[in-house]
Amino acid sequence: MSIKVYIPRDSSALAVGAEKVAFAIAAEAKARGADIEIVRNGSRGLYWLETMVEVATDQGRVAYGPVTVKDVPALFDADFIHGKPHALSLGLTEEIDWLKKQQRLTFARVGVTNPVCLNDYIAHDGYKGLNNALKLSGADIVKTVTDSGLRGRGGAAFPTGIKWNTVLGCASEQKYIVCNADEGDSGTYSDRMIMEGDPFVLIEGMTIAAIAVGATQGYIYLRSEYPHALIALNEAIDAANKAGYLGDDILGSGKAFHLEVRRAAGAYVCGEETSLLESLEGKRGLVRFKPPLPAIEGLFGKPTVVNNVISLASVPIILDKGAQFYADYGMGRSRGTLPIQLAGNLKHCGLVELAFGATLRELLYDFGGGSATGKQIRAVQVGGPLGAFLPESQFDTPLDYEEFSKIWAVLGHGGIVAFDDTVDMSKMARYAFEFCAVESCGKCTPCRIGSTRGVEVIDKIRAGTDHAKNIQLVRDLSDTMLNGSLCALGGMTPYPVLSALNHFPQDFGVSAETKLA
Amino acid sequence: MSDLQTTQEVSGIIDALIIKHQHQPGALLPLLHAIQDSIGYVPETAYLPISKALSLSVAEVHGVVTFYHHFRLHKPGRHIMQICRAESCQAMGSEALEAHAKKCLNVDYHQTTADDAITLEPIYCLGNCALSPSVMIDDEVYGRVSATDLEALIAEARA
Repeated sequence: MSIKVYIPRDSSALAVGAEKVAFAIAAEAKARGADIEIVRNGSRGLYWLETMVEVATDQGRVAYGPVTVKDVPALFDADFIHGKPHALSLGLTEEIDWLKKQQRLTFARVGVTNPVCLNDYIAHDGYKGLNNALKLSGADIVKTVTDSGLRGRGGAAFPTGIKWNTVLGCASEQKYIVCNADEGDSGTYSDRMIMEGDPFVLIEGMTIAAIAVGATQGYIYLRSEYPHALIALNEAIDAANKAGYLGDDILGSGKAFHLEVRRAAGAYVCGEETSLLESLEGKRGLVRFKPPLPAIEGLFGKPTVVNNVISLASVPIILDKGAQFYADYGMGRSRGTLPIQLAGNLKHCGLVELAFGATLRELLYDFGGGSATGKQIRAVQVGGPLGAFLPESQFDTPLDYEEFSKIWAVLGHGGIVAFDDTVDMSKMARYAFEFCAVESCGKCTPCRIGSTRGVEVIDKIRAGTDHAKNIQLVRDLSDTMLNGSLCALGGMTPYPVLSALNHFPQDFGVSAETKLA
Repeated sequence: MSDLQTTQEVSGIIDALIIKHQHQPGALLPLLHAIQDSIGYVPETAYLPISKALSLSVAEVHGVVTFYHHFRLHKPGRHIMQICRAESCQAMGSEALEAHAKKCLNVDYHQTTADDAITLEPIYCLGNCALSPSVMIDDEVYGRVSATDLEALIAEARA
């Protein structure tokens, strides 16, 4: 029997040469007459080790990395296809400390299975949740999700079950399930990893949602920057349709659910749910006023569940193992696990799924290994471009929605971007305003005008012009945006701006004071 | 996308795509994607037939095309190079990389090189934040891109 060799198709692995490595391994195997079968899996999320190649042995999977094309002949010389030692050997994958310390529930299969092979998915506990859901009433499915404590992983942390219950309670001929896959936050890539590495778990989660609330049509609104995710999703949707897991009669239940991927078009604001719905309807992505809530009047005016990829992908395990199993992880009102994404200036960037409650310090140093440049980590931004910057004194904050809220910060979508001591925080504050100006939908004045004025005021502060007056002005402007914006884009841009100003005042003031003196 | 496409050919392609996409719910974005995928941009000559088919005004179509960063109104170079400007890449030196690209290509953002090989665009996050800084050329992402890597990518695109 052929020996299975796993080489990721994940786009970050491809970004460091996985495709070329796969070609080289195939060619070398052919030349040497080695009988191997290459499986293109998702990434295990240890990105500094990509391209990470694994081989199946009797002892389990053995990993090698980071493998480049030039390492391939030597790997064959060392007989890596039988798991033999080589300088790049990482030992048994399951024993790698970085993975062993994690609690992978949502990411249980990512990197393990062939992402687009339905049989592989089912062999690894896939569709158990849907099978259970099909035996329950819609109300019981919703109750299970509510009891699990799952909150929206897109950033807003709204209880998923409550949202579903609103849609369940609406009488309507047509309801929709919309997956927000417009993962635009810098420092986040967990949605992408799921869609490229285990698309069936998202499809299953959406199908369960549809059965729960009585929806028959689903859309995955996928950012245009993710072409590989589009391919994987479409392959998986095709396979699910053919096998009766999607379509007019799901597994003989008589219930229909059709699913389609729609490509976004590069507007960050379309990650906001009402803007996303406008975009799906074929319009400019202008944010809607709420109420009405999308759960009541959503896509094409119909009741719509809008959930993030990770929220939906966490549903199958909840329906498989029960609400209590999931709720047993976590702390306080933050139940379950959070897929954390380490990014920026860290030695070991990657995906860490842990129960809520780990501290930033553990993530930055135990997992992240400190900064990539070897300098001191000076600031981290958690929760994307609208998240606050945290200084070292706040690194012991546990990852928990409420604990972050107490220090005027957000967990958001779980992205952590680290900066070393070369960062200029006034420049980061300027960038926050600039980003808001580029991405504002233009509907509300605080965001549309405030963002541009913000850039100008920060420029004056950086130049030392009327320093004290302009510091006050940026605070006033932030107050207006915070309280007067229609959505989180304008409403949260003050988080990075004011946190930078409050925690790193020297970056805004020293040169100005020198000039004044 | 071919340089030999005549106005007539382009309009034939657009008409065929309109027929293919016009009846799906929320047809405009899928249609604009299909047009840009096949001819490289959304020409203004497409506005009128699209507006008629979808019962929209020309202004509405223009509004949608220009709202989204992804859609372009003019034919780009043979390759599109997008450099990530977001925070994770900034933390790993993307600013220097942007400057280097502009210098090597002798263009600013939203411009195309004189040899028509590369259109340079900014982008805000490619989801490759674990391997910053990132550059995307057409549909392929490149991670941990150094100045030397960038030069090699440019040379490859120009070849």
